[in-house]
Amino acid sequence: MTNQAANQGIGQAVRRKEDFRFLTGQGHYTDDINRPGQLYAAFLRSPHAFAKIKSIDTTAASKKPGVVAIYTGKDVAADKVGGLICGWTVKDKKGEPHKAPRHDIIAVEYVRHVGDQVAVVIADTVAHAKDAVEAIQVDYEVLKPVVDVREAVKPGAPQVHPDVPGNLCYDWEFGDKAATEKAFASAAHITKLELVNNRLSPNPMEPRSAIGEYDPGTDTTTVYTTSQNPHVLRLILCAFVFGLPEHKVRVIAPDVGGGFGSKIFNYPEETVCVWAARKLKKPIKWTSDRTEAFLTDAHGRDHVTHAELALDKDGKFLGLRVDTMANMGAYLSTFASAVPTYLYALLLAGQYTTPAIYAEVKAIFTNTTPVDAYRGAGRPEATYVVERLVEAAAREMNIDPAEIRRRNFIPPTAFPYQTPVACVYDSGNYAKALDEACRLADYANFPKRKAEAARKGKLRGIGLCAYIEACGLAPSSVVGSLGAGVGLWESAQIRFNATGTVFVYTGAHSHGQGHETTFAQIVSDKLGVPLENIEVVHGDTAQVPMGMGTYGSRSLAVGGSAIVRAADKIIEKGKKIAAHLMEASVDDVTYDKGVFSIKGTDKQVPMAQVAFTAYVPHNYPPDLEPGLEASAFYDPSNFTFPAGVHIAEVEIDSDTGVTTIVNWVAVDDFGKVINPMIVEGQVHGGIAQGIGQALLEGVVYDQESGQLLTASFLDYCMPRADNLPSYKIGMIETPCPHNPLGVKGCGEAGAIAAPAALMNAITDALGTEKIDMPATPLKVWQVIQSHNFAAAAE
Amino acid sequence: MTISVTMTVNGQSVTREVEPRTLLVQFLREHLGLTGTHIGCDTSQCGACVVHVDGRSVKSCTILAAQAQGANVTTIEGLAANGQLHPMQEAFREHHALQCGFCTPGMIMSAIDLVQRNPNPSEETVRHELEGNLCRCTGYHNIVKAVMAGAQAMRG
Repeated sequence: MTNQAANQGIGQAVRRKEDFRFLTGQGHYTDDINRPGQLYAAFLRSPHAFAKIKSIDTTAASKKPGVVAIYTGKDVAADKVGGLICGWTVKDKKGEPHKAPRHDIIAVEYVRHVGDQVAVVIADTVAHAKDAVEAIQVDYEVLKPVVDVREAVKPGAPQVHPDVPGNLCYDWEFGDKAATEKAFASAAHITKLELVNNRLSPNPMEPRSAIGEYDPGTDTTTVYTTSQNPHVLRLILCAFVFGLPEHKVRVIAPDVGGGFGSKIFNYPEETVCVWAARKLKKPIKWTSDRTEAFLTDAHGRDHVTHAELALDKDGKFLGLRVDTMANMGAYLSTFASAVPTYLYALLLAGQYTTPAIYAEVKAIFTNTTPVDAYRGAGRPEATYVVERLVEAAAREMNIDPAEIRRRNFIPPTAFPYQTPVACVYDSGNYAKALDEACRLADYANFPKRKAEAARKGKLRGIGLCAYIEACGLAPSSVVGSLGAGVGLWESAQIRFNATGTVFVYTGAHSHGQGHETTFAQIVSDKLGVPLENIEVVHGDTAQVPMGMGTYGSRSLAVGGSAIVRAADKIIEKGKKIAAHLMEASVDDVTYDKGVFSIKGTDKQVPMAQVAFTAYVPHNYPPDLEPGLEASAFYDPSNFTFPAGVHIAEVEIDSDTGVTTIVNWVAVDDFGKVINPMIVEGQVHGGIAQGIGQALLEGVVYDQESGQLLTASFLDYCMPRADNLPSYKIGMIETPCPHNPLGVKGCGEAGAIAAPAALMNAITDALGTEKIDMPATPLKVWQVIQSHNFAAAAE
Repeated sequence: MTISVTMTVNGQSVTREVEPRTLLVQFLREHLGLTGTHIGCDTSQCGACVVHVDGRSVKSCTILAAQAQGANVTTIEGLAANGQLHPMQEAFREHHALQCGFCTPGMIMSAIDLVQRNPNPSEETVRHELEGNLCRCTGYHNIVKAVMAGAQAMRG
């Protein structure tokens, strides 16, 4: 290995390979792409939350300048286009499959949320398309909508779909009900909380965009789109929506400007672009504006939960029960059904030995934007329930919140650990992370700081969160048995060029995670190739083997493992070539860091020479194929379970209700770390989204009209630089025992841990549990007024 | 109806016939093909479209192309000279101040303007000044570090 390659391998904070193009404005995002002769789509969207479409008049609109075509739901229906599907079937308490009502790509008879597609205009420019949209006349019969799950389940509530009685998508349960009831019956103390997990808008900075293109000569359809999983999108479009052969459809997800889950799903707009492109035989481009993004990008969270924790007299957890209503929105999005079930209830053990757990989840349709996975997807909701309960129980029982956690942690000797909710945790050392977090946060001296703040008239609080995450959902046989319509393996291909440079093809997709660097580091480490000689290729179904994409913090644990397996195959073949070159037996060849050698001799052949020989096989083993490339598919044997402890410390101004975060500590265990710089960046971003949820963000619908009141960055409070602190980051490392890299995944941890840590700090400062996210200054001030805390702080 | 708009962009004089309602950001992206300047919202909140107009940072979605008639415009594509990154670009790379890269051009253009006005900003000043540039990936932690480091490098 060259010295250069030695400093670029696993564990090094290598600067990112992808940065140059982004820093110089040379990224290629979907909206940056223009195809010859392309036309533009603009959508007419429903101004009503719930209405019957009585008639649509496009006469005036069709005469506007530049208009090529106007289509309504009836035009789509006439072409027998399939509806959008949900790819994960959850079975309810009775074993019946969830209700997945038809989701047309343009509404046919009813509109079911503000922003639902009513018609699409295709025109020569975006401006002309939008002008014509304004001229379409629609006669609606406006119906009374329902937006809140608590209202939607009441008798007499508006029915969002005629074939879904009571708006109930499913009524699901998990865990041992009898054992849990027994645990509660024997409890010395029961802590109860009513919790709302607020609805969020993912808001990646790049709005969604798509270009559909059809080549009649080859009968090939190409889709450029902002996707986290281009192969999955191709599969859905081909097998379910259009009935097209997969080899005639190419999906390209070029540079994608953030996803956070919202770009996993198959959306109506990209589907319409494909349909219209095939119909008009012209490239059709659509780019969302931000208001459309608020109206139509799948939202996240939106749970209403009643939760109870049973404890013995020493604060040992005996049982946990949870009753949750989850808002699905107006339609069942691509993976929506799995989020409040398998990604939620299976994580309710947290980091603890709680022996009995039971969860009931009702998924409810409402006249709102569909809800699906958003950074963390179910796991933040689970952690929020568990960690708010634990902190509240500690306060009620006068046990230090850190101490109550220590008493209940799964000990490091207990791994692999079978929880009562199906998961087998791989590895961990929870007390070590807590100790380190307490050290970094100077937890012991918090009472002094609280007293000092009180002297200044400030309310100071500290909050802990010990979170667990499940990443890299697998193996495929297990997720299949739980209702997933896909496998959750990943693919990789390593292809040497004759001159020793390397292409790495991955089925994962990078939209900010830095795969082009991290995956190259793995290959550099395994094969001794300098980073600049490695090109990581992703996001194009015509180049990359079938892959499952990036979500759920799976890319390194699953996709990285596939790369290791492919590298192993390269080394195996390389040994045969090297043995031939060194006139030795294959059994005598050893390999280390890019060099093949013969045991007990000074004979050596570097990888580059092996690669050249493979492609110029003049002196070559007679029975061996030329070429040096290898593919691998990796299906993990289990999830990975990253864990850690975050500690938030806040100071609240009781006059204004403004919460200031004065300290933030995160100590995480992601197993082995390939690039600590990138991992810390992922933690920072996750924390920011978690703080956003707890302090600033919240999707608000008008209860009467169903109008989205937070449809712009003026109304929806995104975290800005001056809202957030800098973070203290610590790491501990318990390698994952079941994948070849020992890695666990880091993408969602911050978003999972932060809301509970911050709300525990705020409730500590306020002295009451009764405040919901986002804890805006108004809400905090109202709590202070109602409890007259200002006086108490004197 | 179209109007003729002439301006200097990244040192080159350009003239295009455009609809009067064309925004500067549309002029740059659609008429000049300078797609490094991004559009992330429709309310002039996100800052992904920040460019320099006559040396000052401007959200290019807030002005018409016609308003930049005769102006000297610098976009992210005009910063690096001869393949050499501007010190602020280099600081963003060194401190991992970008992930998906979408907010990055606007963030860098704002950061340079801020340092030109305030060569030695405090962390608090940097956070306050970047309030008009949204980033969803980084949590701003590394952006703030990079801007401080970039400011130091620009001071020389």
